[in-house]
Amino acid sequence: MIALLMRDLRLAIRAGGGFGLGLAFFLIVVTLVPFGVGPEGAILSRIAAGILWLGALLACLLSLDRIFALDFEDGSLDLLATAPIPLEAVVTMKALAHWITTGLPLVLAAPLFAVLLHLPTPAYFWLEVSLLLGTPALSVLGTFGAALTVGLKRGGLLLSLLVLPLYVPTLIFGAELVRRGGEGMAVQVPLAMLAGITAATIALVPFASAAAIRVNLR
Amino acid sequence: MSLLSVENLTVSRGGLAVLEGVTFSLHAGRALVLRGPNGIGKTTLLRTLAGLQPPLAGSISMPGEAMAYAAHADGLKATLSVRENLRFWAAIYETDTIDHALDQMNLRGLAGRAAHSLSAGQKRRLGLARLLVTGRPIWVLDEPTVSLDAASVALFASAVRAHLATGGAALMATHIDLGLEEAEVLDIAPFKARPPEEGGHKGAFDHDFDGAFL
Repeated sequence: MIALLMRDLRLAIRAGGGFGLGLAFFLIVVTLVPFGVGPEGAILSRIAAGILWLGALLACLLSLDRIFALDFEDGSLDLLATAPIPLEAVVTMKALAHWITTGLPLVLAAPLFAVLLHLPTPAYFWLEVSLLLGTPALSVLGTFGAALTVGLKRGGLLLSLLVLPLYVPTLIFGAELVRRGGEGMAVQVPLAMLAGITAATIALVPFASAAAIRVNLR
Repeated sequence: MSLLSVENLTVSRGGLAVLEGVTFSLHAGRALVLRGPNGIGKTTLLRTLAGLQPPLAGSISMPGEAMAYAAHADGLKATLSVRENLRFWAAIYETDTIDHALDQMNLRGLAGRAAHSLSAGQKRRLGLARLLVTGRPIWVLDEPTVSLDAASVALFASAVRAHLATGGAALMATHIDLGLEEAEVLDIAPFKARPPEEGGHKGAFDHDFDGAFL
């Protein structure tokens, strides 16, 4: 299992692996917002939490279709499915590799990008907490969409349509956590909901993803 | 001792039965070559045996964790080197060494090269070397010698012989002469599924229509 994780990480940083694409996309989205809504600090700082979360979500979406599609095309998904590790573990490791190459850089870079949007100072801490708790759910839910569309030609758009609605709860509670944290309000409810969604997703979704892959490989 | 035995197996592709009543057994130290025209269902049969799709009927019995499957595609990662590709599969199958595989498939000199820079035949050899690192006794191979030259086919044949000599078994679907005279040949054309009107297995669509008109 560790070997699979290491392989995916290695593939991501080699040529054409797509490492850093999500981060660059995130940066572009965040820098485009002031052009669209104007450079007024007061407005930006009010919408900063939502924009940062939306940007993270879209950046995450960008690389989802690679999770299984590349392995399907070169035949390694067939071989992994017949290998001695369970497909659920394959899915979990793929999600972890996706999070490390996409989610984690977003978490680390978000405070820098938040400066561009005048995020209120007390909100920085909660921005980090919310992204750290929320982005794993994005990767795991993404494996489900990727598993459903594996083998479909140009399934990328369909994948987005399938996955984006599943991201709604994470987006709501993630952005709400940052907003409340920034305004000094109580954060227990969004914090617990965000953590709960992520925990439930990690526990349940790999089974669904593995089942979807089995059906698609038939 | 029979490593793999298949009884009365019906396999389907896209919900329609393609082969029915397939029965054979494969003993340790033996190789079996499946032959039949294109589209008869050789790949479907092998995928069913590999557990990638469920059979419609019949039974497959073999010891657990005993099979290594090699499909048309080699499952190589283009940006990883030959050695990294093999190491990965060795780690997945929890075997320790890849040296014997590199030597047997004559890949030693290419070990540091990235897989995308290999020729089609070299890629195929790497795909077959993957079988050697699995350490599994039953090999299920789909067209193993496509794009191999005569020397590489001989290399493959000797690898299979060495595998058989250690108590392994091999099941291969191919149209090409493998140079394995001792291999038994099973023609699967007689197992072609009959249409449902003639008493053949009903596909998913036939059942649905029955239900719709009753």
